[in-house]
Amino acid sequence: METILFLAHTEQDGSLAKPALEALAAARLLAKQAAEATLAVGLAGEDPAAAANQIGSCGAARFLGVSGAEFAVPRYATDAAAAEALVRAAGATLIVAPSTSRWARCLGGVAQRLGGRIDTHITGIAVPEGRVTVPRWYYRQRMEALLARSHRPWFLLVDPGCFDPWAGEPAQAALEPVAAPTGSRTRFIEYRAPQAGEQTIRPDAKLLFVAGAGWTKKQPDGKVHVEEAAELILTFLRKTQASLGSSKSLVDLSGEGQVVLPFLSHLNQVGQTGSTPRHPKGLATCCHGEEPHVVGWRFIHERRAVNLDPNCGWAQGKADVLYVADAFAVLRKLNELL
Amino acid sequence: MPVYHIVVCGGIVPDPLQTLEPVTSPAGPALKNEMMLPAVLDPWAAHALYEAAHLAKQAQGSKVWLVSLAPKAKLQQVMMSVAQKVPFELVAVDGPASGFTDSFEVAAALAQAIEAIPGLDRSRLLVFGGWESASRGAGTTMQMLGERLGITEQFQGVDELSIGEDESLRILERVEGGKHQVSVCHGLPALLGWATGNLPEPPNNPKIGMENMRSLMPALQRAKAVKLPSEGLAFSAVSVPSQRRETRIVKDLTAEQVAEEIAAWIRGD
Repeated sequence: METILFLAHTEQDGSLAKPALEALAAARLLAKQAAEATLAVGLAGEDPAAAANQIGSCGAARFLGVSGAEFAVPRYATDAAAAEALVRAAGATLIVAPSTSRWARCLGGVAQRLGGRIDTHITGIAVPEGRVTVPRWYYRQRMEALLARSHRPWFLLVDPGCFDPWAGEPAQAALEPVAAPTGSRTRFIEYRAPQAGEQTIRPDAKLLFVAGAGWTKKQPDGKVHVEEAAELILTFLRKTQASLGSSKSLVDLSGEGQVVLPFLSHLNQVGQTGSTPRHPKGLATCCHGEEPHVVGWRFIHERRAVNLDPNCGWAQGKADVLYVADAFAVLRKLNELL
Repeated sequence: MPVYHIVVCGGIVPDPLQTLEPVTSPAGPALKNEMMLPAVLDPWAAHALYEAAHLAKQAQGSKVWLVSLAPKAKLQQVMMSVAQKVPFELVAVDGPASGFTDSFEVAAALAQAIEAIPGLDRSRLLVFGGWESASRGAGTTMQMLGERLGITEQFQGVDELSIGEDESLRILERVEGGKHQVSVCHGLPALLGWATGNLPEPPNNPKIGMENMRSLMPALQRAKAVKLPSEGLAFSAVSVPSQRRETRIVKDLTAEQVAEEIAAWIRGD
């Protein structure tokens, strides 16, 4: 018999964000499929009562909460202490949590404290023949494995975008307070937005727009047109509300003496040493579609590319459509049409 | 600048340009011709190593150790190039570098190796590594290692570390929505799982290579063999999903026509 704990932290406004509601849907699915399983909710935050009420009708047998100002901010020591206390209080054997930066930072350590095991980047959950089985990717999304564990407790961090978020009605929940230690040498200061002041990463966008290194290379007139490239790309992003990705790391580009688009940060990088975002569509421009970058496109369904090289990586079965064209001219016209 | 004892944990992974194919071995899933595949130091761990060396250079008297769990012969090949980049002392553990091993067991082996480092001052300790590997990619080994070493000030997805006048650590970690979280940590030890950082790959330096080689070969000879049985972990399938698409290559449209087609596609027409 499994005791399933849905583990979440509140956001700054005290609510539960979409990734948490997706993980709740995963936990409920698991509770439904596993024989004689019970579902509990564990919440951490300054005051998790509102979050408990937000999911009060989810069918959980218990609602446990660690509260206090110390747990309002993301920080390994206090987040790990809260999660550990909640898992212990629930007597959980399976812990389902959203793969937020906050939980991803500490739940591995919590699993270690509790003598448990952990798997992250979970993309689904099933219970064939009574055995909890989860799929996840290995080698930077190059191969997918189905795995099961006999060890408990077992922590499962669910990747965003893999489950439909739970959408039940709010209801009054009887929140049981759980105590957790609060000491830490670390002080949270702030969240810092990109230096250019323009938010270009939009995880919920329908389109991923990748700006390759070609935008900052010499054009047919023998000159570099970084300012024009920046203006074209930003205009496109504003009009489409697309999320911006880059093909190469900034440190690689600057190390090679190349100019870098001013609004790109490390976080825009998609691929081997970057992110693997989830968007329905992706448009790559001035990018050769090399394997270390394209592994980050695993979860982009429809793919199109604009490149002057008809033999680039995108032409080798990596894109649905490759337009052999000048991205400057195409984007200039595209911005007029959109 | 205070003195730091920086331990960098970094495994090896197949070169990203290699085609990977899973096979079933008696020990579980593995890569086809795994020992034949060219390998590199795990990319994010490599960034951690460059950041560690940069910090050690600024803080006179500091020292960098690179702790690596990998098949000894393969590790030796990779070290031939890595050793020319920055000064470090290798601590080798002879074991599988596969992504299909369990982070719990890997952390145990690494912790044991770190605890056995002679002269390591735990009160001056910074443990570095990549926040995720390019093999398992779970992002959990470093946290488990930190817990085993009693380090509860941990940071993941680190892009920047600066040292304050009061010797505090000011750290930028990647969080959702393209933002960084800024934190300040007072005192050591601390553990940092690095993302890309801010430093490019250093050029090869034969002098550094020669100095590193003095300790590198003895370290490889001393490497203790560990077994990672992945107890309680069962893989029911490992596969490479077909990702090859039938690419339509459009060569003879004007920029205007291409733009119209893309605009219609974006709008969902």
